[in-house]
Amino acid sequence: MSMPFYVSPEQIIKDKADYARKGIARGRSVVVVQYTGGIAFVAENPSRALHKVSEIYDRIAFAAVGKYNEFENLRVAGVRLADMRGYSYDRRDVTCRGLANAYAQTLGTIFTENNKPYEVEMVVAEIGDSADADQMYRLTFDGSVADEHGFVAMGGQSDQIATALTARYTEDLELGPAVALAVSVLGKHGAPEPRTLDSSQLEVAVLDRTRTVARKFRRLSGERLTSLLADQPDES
Amino acid sequence: MEISRTHAAGGLPAAFMTPGSASFSDFLASHAPQMLPGSRVLPPGQVDAPHGTTIVSATFPGGVIMAGDRRATMGNVIAQRDIEKVFPADEFSCVGIAGTAGLAVEVVRLFQVELEHYEKIEGAQLSLDGKANRLATLIRNNLPMAMQGLAVVPLFAGFDLETHAGRIFSYDVTGGRYEEHAFHAVGSGSMFARGSLKKLYGPDLTESDTVAVCVEALYDAADDDSATGGPDLARKIYPVVLVVTADGVRRVPEDEIGGIVNQVVDARLARPDGPTGLRSS
Repeated sequence: MSMPFYVSPEQIIKDKADYARKGIARGRSVVVVQYTGGIAFVAENPSRALHKVSEIYDRIAFAAVGKYNEFENLRVAGVRLADMRGYSYDRRDVTCRGLANAYAQTLGTIFTENNKPYEVEMVVAEIGDSADADQMYRLTFDGSVADEHGFVAMGGQSDQIATALTARYTEDLELGPAVALAVSVLGKHGAPEPRTLDSSQLEVAVLDRTRTVARKFRRLSGERLTSLLADQPDES
Repeated sequence: MEISRTHAAGGLPAAFMTPGSASFSDFLASHAPQMLPGSRVLPPGQVDAPHGTTIVSATFPGGVIMAGDRRATMGNVIAQRDIEKVFPADEFSCVGIAGTAGLAVEVVRLFQVELEHYEKIEGAQLSLDGKANRLATLIRNNLPMAMQGLAVVPLFAGFDLETHAGRIFSYDVTGGRYEEHAFHAVGSGSMFARGSLKKLYGPDLTESDTVAVCVEALYDAADDDSATGGPDLARKIYPVVLVVTADGVRRVPEDEIGGIVNQVVDARLARPDGPTGLRSS
C-alpha cells in the first residue's frame, strides 16, 4: 500500500491561491470609480448578455471578474438575499455591509473546504446620500474583504491599472470624466498592447444618486455611452 | 479556523446558491415557505378585518389609468379613510386591490418583489402577459384563505411595450385571469362604477378626460355603495390615480387630482346624478 505524500497546510493554501489568481488574471479587467454623483462601473466586456456589472438592490450594485458561472452564482445569491431581506424587513434595511459579510463568509468557506476555490474577485458598492457615505467593498477568492475608497481595479492587469489610476484619479470627478478616465486606463493598461476601447467593447453602469426613483442603478450603453465618451476631451 | 462556524452564522445558505428559478415566490416556497401569504394554515373560523373596496381602470390611446378610492371598512365601521389601494407594480404596470386589506397589501408587496427579482436575475423585464400570469399564480396560492373569507381580488393594468397599448387584466379568487377591454372595475362598488364607465367612457378620450371619467365612476360607486369612500374635500383626501404610459408609471399629483375632483363635485352640485351623455372632449 502506498502512503499519500504529506503536503503542508501552507502549501495547500498557497497552491489554491495561485490557482485562483491565475484564473482571475486571464480575464479582462473591471474598474469601479467614485464620482461626485455616485459610483461608476466600467468593464471591458464585448458581450451584451453576459454581464460583469449588475444591480443588486436600490442603492447596491455588483461587479466581478473571473469565472462567469461562479460569480453569476454569487450574484444570484446576492439578489436573493437582498430581496428576501427587503421583503421581510424594509427596503432601507438592505445594506452593502451585510451583503459583503455574507459573500466573505461564503467565499472563505469555499476556499478552505472545497478542492477548487472560486476564481473570482468582486466589488459590492452602495451609494449614500452624499459621496462620503458611499461604500465599496472588494472581495477576493479567499473571502478577504477590503474597504475601498475612490477607485478599485480588478482582473488581469489590475496592478498596472491601479497604478495608473492612483496617478490620475481625483475626488471631484463628474460622471463623464470619471468614465472617460476608467476607459482610458482600461485601454492603455488592460492588455499588453495599448488600445482605444469604444462603446461596443464596454459595459458601463452607474449607481446614480441623482435619480428620483428608488432604484439608482442604470446601465449606460449604445448611443448614450458613445455620446458621453465623445463629449470628453481626449486624454492621452 | 472558525470558518465553518461563521459560515453558519453569516454565510449564504445552500438554497441561495442553487441555480434555478428567477421567481422570488418560488424561491420563498422552497426556502422560507412561512413567509408566503398563501402557505399559512389558518384555524377554522372567521375574523373581522378591514376590507378595501372599489378600483377602476380604463385605457386611453397611449396608456392606461387606474384609480382607487381611499376607504377601508370593517363591517359598518370605516377602518381607514386614507388607505392606498393602487400601487405601481414595476416601471410599466400597476396593481389595485379589493378584498382583505392586510393580505392584499402583502400580496402586492410580494408581486412587486417578484417582478423586480425577475428583472434583476434575468436582466430583462417580463412581458405584460407574463406579469399578469405571475399575479394569477399568487392569487391562486391564496385560495385556501379566500375560502375562509380572506379573499384578495386584484386588478392589474400595464403598458404593453410590444403592442404599445394599455391593457387591463381582472382576476377571480381561484386565480382565473381575464383580459378586459377598454375599462373594468373591481370591489364592492364596482357594479356602480362599471355602470358609470359604460355611459361616460370613450376609447378616444384624452388622458386627462379618462382620469376625469375614472373619478366620476368612483364618485358614482361611493354614491350607492357605503363601503366606497367619496372624495373627502374637507380633509383633501382624493382618489389615488396612476397613469401608465410608454414613459412609465406616474401618480397624478395631489393638486392636479384635487382640481379634477373639485370640478366633478361642482358639476354634481348642479346635477347630483352626474353628466348625462358622453363627455365632450
